[in-house]
Amino acid sequence: MAKHKTPLLDQLESGPWPSFVSDIKQEAEHRHANPDGIEYQIPVDVCDDLLGLLEMSYEDGETHWKHGGIVGVFGYGGGVIGRYCDQPQKFPGVAHFHTVRVAQPAGKYYSTEYLRKLMDLWDFRGSGLTNMHGATGDLVWLGTTTPQLEEIFWTLTHDLNTDLGGSGSNLRTPASCLGQSRCEYACYDTQSLNYAMTLEYQDELHRPAFPYKFKFKFDGCPNGCVASIARSDFSVIGTWKDDIKIDHDAVMGYVKGEFAPNAGAHSGRDWGKFDIEKEVVALCPTGCMSWDGSKLSIDNKECYRCMHCINTMPRALHIGDERGASIFVGAKAPILDGAQMGSLLVPFVPVEDPYDEVKEVVENLWDWWMEEGKNRERIGETIRRMSFQKMLEVTGIKADPRHVQEPRTNPYIFWKEEDVTGGWERDINEFRKRHQR
Amino acid sequence: MAIDMSTAKQQVVDFCNSKSKTKFYFNDFLKVFPDEKARDVKKVLTALVQEEVLEFWSSGSTTMYGLKGAGKQAHSEGED
Ligand code: SF4
Ligand code: SF4
Repeated sequence: MAKHKTPLLDQLESGPWPSFVSDIKQEAEHRHANPDGIEYQIPVDVCDDLLGLLEMSYEDGETHWKHGGIVGVFGYGGGVIGRYCDQPQKFPGVAHFHTVRVAQPAGKYYSTEYLRKLMDLWDFRGSGLTNMHGATGDLVWLGTTTPQLEEIFWTLTHDLNTDLGGSGSNLRTPASCLGQSRCEYACYDTQSLNYAMTLEYQDELHRPAFPYKFKFKFDGCPNGCVASIARSDFSVIGTWKDDIKIDHDAVMGYVKGEFAPNAGAHSGRDWGKFDIEKEVVALCPTGCMSWDGSKLSIDNKECYRCMHCINTMPRALHIGDERGASIFVGAKAPILDGAQMGSLLVPFVPVEDPYDEVKEVVENLWDWWMEEGKNRERIGETIRRMSFQKMLEVTGIKADPRHVQEPRTNPYIFWKEEDVTGGWERDINEFRKRHQR
Repeated sequence: MAIDMSTAKQQVVDFCNSKSKTKFYFNDFLKVFPDEKARDVKKVLTALVQEEVLEFWSSGSTTMYGLKGAGKQAHSEGED
């Protein structure tokens, strides 16, 4: 029998889609039944009271969570987000309902044994409710009380070899695709870079001193499995300089129907015979491919590295050998001014341990943003406010045609003195030789 | 950094006490030390957090610093 009546929430369960309300009810029942005999360290009815509080918010049309709070583990400015409800007498189970962000492993590789250990800890010291994963990539644990935080932190770090993730105005938990561990498209070792950057920037991860959040994401190729170009302030995307490698016999194999296109990914329906003209050549966004009936050619200097042709015929086409990455800066979700994609800052950088080239770019950006960024301003907004040119200056990167998205629409150019040969000074006598008064 | 750590710590505490608000953005402290690098100012704040003089306040998306125990929750609900 439910502790609180929740008719408005119940209605959310009536649709065809999975419902978080059903999930929370299931966990509430499970906690009461307690088949594993856990000695719960927080109220057993935390899930019931969560539902009750949410129902009340729906009735009132306003939230009953207070805004933020002062909790954390000692010395860390992130990783725990304080949540307190403003009706603790009615809903004592959620008087404290803090969120814990747990750093996810690079590429999100878990063993079931590790997941069970995590859940044993969270059932014991928290609500058992999770959000896997949050937008940053962390495992998000929803709902525990203040006295549990240091205990959770101790067990996580000592027994599970796992750290808290980032939150607030600091570096957020870096995320990477699974990269070279399983994917033949990876142009660099994303997990290794992720790990190196996480270790290098521990202070930035745990001690907030930025104007706002800052996210790193590492994609091994332009397929962008962690969507770094849309979702990270600093996005590193694998690319290559030389030509796409073509195995002409394998291309013929696809044309003859010996291999399923897209490695069979679209085999749920009959799409008819594979048509290389229509499905590959015509869909190349730069029009740099051609097919003469027996041979495929690519004009590589025009290729965007969009991955379409490689994804379609992975057995025949392969990424180039001279590999590295491009760095994009300034993507964000729409808090101010709408969503923004990252802008290309470094067209090509070698990505090799100890990753000094990548670190240098990050540190120059941070020095600038920490001094010039306004409170709650993402670096993408600072760039828009102060100009892309300013960012080039602070990072010491020379302007390059690849930084330009489209031809200029403004006919005026304001030069700086140092950009003009001879500066603003002129020899008036020399000038008068050529121009009368 | 150019100034001495203990003087700097005192300046931070004095600054917090001189204001009516109780929570401060990191940037607010940069103004207390206009000649110092942001990274050096951070070292002063980190030391004060370690000594439990300052504490963090977080909304989840932003983080602020304040004297330990000052202001409690009132600031975030707009009552101060
Ligand atoms: S982003 Fe590219 S390299 Fe990384 S997993 Fe996806 S397809 Fe593979
Ligand atoms: S990667 Fe994209 S742009 Fe390059 S050749 Fe293939 S389809 Fe064309």
